[in-house]
Amino acid sequence: MRLGQGMGVLASEAASRFGGLATSASPAISVNHLTKRFGERTAFEDVSFDVAPGEVFGFLGPNGAGKTTTVRTLGTLIAPTSGRALVAGLALSAENGPAIRQRISVMPESPGLYLRLTVAENLQCFAGLYELRDARARIEQALGAVNLTERSNDLCGSLSKGLRQRVALARALLNDPAVLFLDEPTSGLDPVATREVHELLGGLREKGVTIFLTTHRLEEAERLCDRVAILSTKLRLVGRPDELRAQLFKRSLEVRLRAELADPDSVLAALPGVERWEASASGSYLLGVSDPEIAAPGVARALVNAGADILSIAESRHSLEDVYLELVHEDVEAKRR
Amino acid sequence: MTFSWTRVGAIFQKELRDYRRNRFVVFTMSLLPLVFIAAPMIQLFAIKVTSTSARLEPRLGLSLLFLLILPALIPSILSAYSVVGEREQGTLEPILTTPIHREEFLIGKALAALLPTLALSYLIFGIFLAAVALFAQPVVASAVFEGSHVLVQLLFTPLVAGWSIWVGIAISTRVGDVRAAQQLTIFAALPPVAVVTLMSLNVIAASLGLALGLAAFLIVIDGLAWRVLATMFDRERLITGSRAAKSTRVSPGGSRTAD
Repeated sequence: MRLGQGMGVLASEAASRFGGLATSASPAISVNHLTKRFGERTAFEDVSFDVAPGEVFGFLGPNGAGKTTTVRTLGTLIAPTSGRALVAGLALSAENGPAIRQRISVMPESPGLYLRLTVAENLQCFAGLYELRDARARIEQALGAVNLTERSNDLCGSLSKGLRQRVALARALLNDPAVLFLDEPTSGLDPVATREVHELLGGLREKGVTIFLTTHRLEEAERLCDRVAILSTKLRLVGRPDELRAQLFKRSLEVRLRAELADPDSVLAALPGVERWEASASGSYLLGVSDPEIAAPGVARALVNAGADILSIAESRHSLEDVYLELVHEDVEAKRR
Repeated sequence: MTFSWTRVGAIFQKELRDYRRNRFVVFTMSLLPLVFIAAPMIQLFAIKVTSTSARLEPRLGLSLLFLLILPALIPSILSAYSVVGEREQGTLEPILTTPIHREEFLIGKALAALLPTLALSYLIFGIFLAAVALFAQPVVASAVFEGSHVLVQLLFTPLVAGWSIWVGIAISTRVGDVRAAQQLTIFAALPPVAVVTLMSLNVIAASLGLALGLAAFLIVIDGLAWRVLATMFDRERLITGSRAAKSTRVSPGGSRTAD
């Protein structure tokens, strides 16, 4: 069985269960001006965002940005200093703490397993804590979902880090959570184990489970998340990765020629749709354009007419990493000032 | 959400499974009873037939005292680990993100320390009584089987254990290191035993009234301690090391951490 194949039942139950709690218009998580301070130190400040049901929401930020504290706050482990939030259809409040925790799951960065207990015994403990009636069946489903059925009688202490992470994920799936909080789920894992966790999350995503994912791995966020938020104590940006790219970077064409142009300004500056240009390397030019699809044919014609040998013309793609680094760089610059 | 014995049971069962596979716990729970049954037997079997009642009583008191140290020491080792141990191995956060109430968590932990302690203490006391009946001098045996001695032992075993457990858990919620918790708990577990010692050595005149008074005091402490501890059990402080925000500082919708 491939990883994630057994998730169908768990995830569909979660989806139907969440459907009973809120309408499709209600966000799975709604955060309004939430702030957490520890004495003089601000963990996060004035954070607002919504997460739709079934959405995979990435929460990015440098170390100390307040990501884990945000997860702990929304998971009712710690109290906000100010602001409001709605988690799994319930207002974040002291009275609602146990009810919220019944509807969500939090997988912390460290798997937090009882190493002297077997995989099944770890899950039995949590099945009891969630008061699951069909505990045995749910444990089997959860273990099947992470492809660990064969290892259910192994002591957790004997498992590799990647397998422990899978046990922790099985534990998080036990109660069919309406919202699944994952704090750095691939932290410290090797590429194979990371890919396994990605496949599991991909399976959950396809089944419509709402996932709140904090991560340092930008390619992970880009691959798995519908939208991402970038936090640096304050929320810097929220949106789809392509929206964030468009917000931070102007669109551009990257042109590679066999040889440098003798007078590039006369060829490139007057072209329709080209707003600016710069030489990026020998024979390479970066052209700022409003729409690459409209500008590219004109650029190609002008270059051919100028006698240039074109090696490639392509839209310059900025990764989420570029967006992230740009924002972090801005923060560092702002602090220097 | 109401108090759930299912959640208490989940913690209790998990703890027992963990003890069984914890070498330190198994070693301690095997070795301590041997020490604390050997010492009183040596005390009593060394008594000569001609010993007077005046010489017999202190030895008998000391022997029974040894047997009462056991229910004070065993749970102190278990309970001292209960919260800080979970914190150290990173299991506290996953537990606290489930719907469990702090009272359920504390009672589950306390029962998991109490029941093995009672089983072991009463087993050792039973072996001690059997050995005395079979091998001790008749005068010694008749003194040991005097109703009040057996009753005091049966009554004080759970009470002393209860004190040790709640003190141990209280310390375990406040300190940041398992070893510090165990050292502090062993010291803190001894006051009731000290009182019994003073009674055994006739420094405090033992009387039924005093014994009942002490028992009543321990019953009240053991019965109320979990409520006091529940108020000390602050999820935020346990996870982050900082106290939870005061509710007065939280705007509408904000909250203190839920139980």
